[in-house]
Amino acid sequence: MDKQRLVLLKNVCKEFDGVEVLSNINLYIRKNEFLTLLGPSGCGKTTLLRLLGGFETPTSGDILFDGKSIINTPPYKRQLNTVFQRYALFPHYNVFDNVAFGLKIKKLPKAEIRQKVQDKLKLVGLSDYENRTIDTLSGGQQQRVAIARALVNEPALLLLDEPLGALDLKFRKEMQLELKRMQKQLGITFVYVTHDQEEALSMSDTIAVMDNGRIQQIGTPVMIYNEPINSFVADFIGESNILYGIMKEDYVAHFSGRDFRCLDRGYNNNEPVVVVVRPEDIKLVPPTDNTINGVVTSIVFMGVHYEIRLKGDDGFEWLIQSIHSAEVGSRLGIHLDPDDIHIMDRSQYDTAEYLEIKQ
Amino acid sequence: MNKKKTFALPYVVWMVIFTVVPLLLILFYAFVHRTDTGALVFTTEYIESALSGSSMSVLLLSLEYALITTVLCFLLAYPAALFLWQLKSRIGSIVNLLFMLPMWMNFLLRTYAWRALLDTSGPINRILQLLGFPAQQLLYTEGAVIFGLVYNFLPFMLLPIYTSFTKIDKSYIQAAEDLGANKRQTLIHIIFPLTKSGIITGITMVFMPAVTTFVISRLLGGSQTMMFGDLLENQFMLLKDWNTGSALAVVMMVLMLLSMALVRKSDDGVMPGGM
Amino acid sequence: MTKFWNFCKRFYLAILLIFIYLPILMLMIFSFNSGKSMTKWSGFTFDWYQKLFTNPLILESIWVTLSIAILSSLIATIVGTLAAIGINDFKKWNRNLVINLTQIPMMNADIVTGISLLLLFIFVKIPRGYLTMLISHIVFNIPYVIFSVIPRLKGMDENLYEAALDMGATPGYAIRKVIIPQLMPGIISGFIMAFTMSFDDFVISFFSSQGVVSNLSIYIYSMAKVGINPEINALSTIMFLCVITLLIIINVRAERQAIRSGRRAKKAKRAR
Repeated sequence: MDKQRLVLLKNVCKEFDGVEVLSNINLYIRKNEFLTLLGPSGCGKTTLLRLLGGFETPTSGDILFDGKSIINTPPYKRQLNTVFQRYALFPHYNVFDNVAFGLKIKKLPKAEIRQKVQDKLKLVGLSDYENRTIDTLSGGQQQRVAIARALVNEPALLLLDEPLGALDLKFRKEMQLELKRMQKQLGITFVYVTHDQEEALSMSDTIAVMDNGRIQQIGTPVMIYNEPINSFVADFIGESNILYGIMKEDYVAHFSGRDFRCLDRGYNNNEPVVVVVRPEDIKLVPPTDNTINGVVTSIVFMGVHYEIRLKGDDGFEWLIQSIHSAEVGSRLGIHLDPDDIHIMDRSQYDTAEYLEIKQ
Repeated sequence: MNKKKTFALPYVVWMVIFTVVPLLLILFYAFVHRTDTGALVFTTEYIESALSGSSMSVLLLSLEYALITTVLCFLLAYPAALFLWQLKSRIGSIVNLLFMLPMWMNFLLRTYAWRALLDTSGPINRILQLLGFPAQQLLYTEGAVIFGLVYNFLPFMLLPIYTSFTKIDKSYIQAAEDLGANKRQTLIHIIFPLTKSGIITGITMVFMPAVTTFVISRLLGGSQTMMFGDLLENQFMLLKDWNTGSALAVVMMVLMLLSMALVRKSDDGVMPGGM
Repeated sequence: MTKFWNFCKRFYLAILLIFIYLPILMLMIFSFNSGKSMTKWSGFTFDWYQKLFTNPLILESIWVTLSIAILSSLIATIVGTLAAIGINDFKKWNRNLVINLTQIPMMNADIVTGISLLLLFIFVKIPRGYLTMLISHIVFNIPYVIFSVIPRLKGMDENLYEAALDMGATPGYAIRKVIIPQLMPGIISGFIMAFTMSFDDFVISFFSSQGVVSNLSIYIYSMAKVGINPEINALSTIMFLCVITLLIIINVRAERQAIRSGRRAKKAKRAR
């Protein structure tokens, strides 16, 4: 058993009233890791978090914490704490009493409680707010109290359920940086649930992309972004151009009516595959016989880049991000280098169905 | 957590014993006849007798009284609620409290006091005599019973209607006036529909209790008026005939279910434009 | 015109109030009447107030009324609050079933509830008396508690309970320190409602005790047939004054609280 592994989920399944929301989850969480569960709503990420928190019990499978099964351990005996989505601060207590709640249960001496609460309030930047009631705090301040309340118990593992979802954009960016700073400083393992891919990419050490109750892919942000394992991940992590193709032979893919050199191999000859091309990887060039050609249908300026839609002669609507503008109605060509083309197995995921929904 | 569910366990057991079983007992007594040999036989004879001529006429009379009471309560309470609402909200809620206050006084006492007020030698008759009218027999009449019913149930009509008034967003009224509705049109098309749920609650809180009361009619109507509640009370306390009594109770429950269904239906339906 | 109209409105309300208070006024005035009549004034006296406190029957019925009101509403509050917490966690179908059954004592005519309980007591051969009256009061009190607590539960963030467990609180501790304080306004209003219902009840008490013990209502009812003695007038005067005092206290406190929460709202505004 790897000493580094704090939590281990083995074949965890969860059903609600016969409906499977998590199927066969296998996952380990390393010590001091920032792990993000990323996925659309209803993908099972919050349920997975609640299993860890002890608010639900798995239908089958086992969860090990420090090598010991905890599925029969009630939440109040688990060495972890949760920051809830809507904070769940106790409205009848003031800030100090909210943060001190867990310590009072442990019956620590009063002076020690005071010290620890003050330390944590300082950490989240709310030193002067001890006596404030919860209803006088802004959303961002409540968020900080919730984090302080969880951290004060010095958990080995902190679970965060979309903690920044209710904040506005500016605060969210600020809190992202702060959370990351706290995690490094305190050396606590974080499991973070979000549906925001940007948040996931910028904060995490490891991302587990979830959909339909399954972990679709797990890896570092860079890995997941650059090498999405299937079209769902590719599309969820950033917008992508996803289309059907055929693997003619090793290093040669066929789609949009022509052959392209790519870096993939190991497929059967003429095996149907899915082709993913990132919008920012596409280079727009004057149309030639060696490019996919089409007509620009719309251009939107996004601040850093232009988002260009191009109706290809192949019938596919391409999404392109470019720092150069173009003119609506003009004919342009798409140039793809071999490393811009990501080939994926069609059978790995229910791609056909997915593509149908998309188109 | 399963733990929380178990908190309801004592109550669920309690409710089955003291709410469900007693109702089943009423059904049992109303439909099961014990023969001389001790055998239990299903029968509708008790229900039939509960719906027979004499008790049917009592039932119809009770329904009539209750209907008149409900209408009178509504006619008195609706303008009162409207006027209360038009007062400054602080004063309105204080006056409303004054209307509610007597509910905390034993209703038997208040009804009893009306006996003295309506007596042939009571204050009302004295005032009449001072004005040159002959003394009237007020007590022990149909009028006295209805009067007593209205007196007792008026607050139960007023409270829900007034509450529904206080929930009206005044900007609706302003919007209606802005769109050119006059006071009368605003009342009929805006205020009245918005207070409908209060009216319906008021009606349910007056009608059924009025049908089933037996004290008020006995105190103010004497032996002249017999209401359904009196019949039921006699059957149980005087004649100790559980079977017929239970059958009467079943009739009453069916009546209650019917009126509740009726109220629910009118609550869903669209209110016609006028009153 | 508007002035006249306004006067009419006030006049109408005043007439209604007189109608409502006339009998109470009557009881109060004749509590000082030296004669026994409720219609003929024969002179001023305090005698009835004195006699009230030496009349064993009245004192007994006051005791029964008060003790049953307090006991039944306390028990109903405890059982009902726990029940509400549990019911709220039930699956939909079960919850609807239990809630509909809970409505029965509220919806049913008092007389039917009274009779059904009497039948039960006869059936299982519990002798009618104080105990059966107490049980019956608890039966009709619990729904008032449940239905005033459930809306508070619905309005509560369901994560609060889990957050408490997460901080290391046992379920019992979480209920006591987190859930109950949140539900307190509902619990208190449920208790007050239960208390008033119990204090004022006649019909269910009458049937469930079969007249073996008398609460105030039953005592007044039995007296009313032969003529109420003026001690009862004195009692109703005292009761009325108590109710008024209580309401004034509650109102003043509510006012103070409103002022305080107003201040807090201001503070909150500043915080943002």
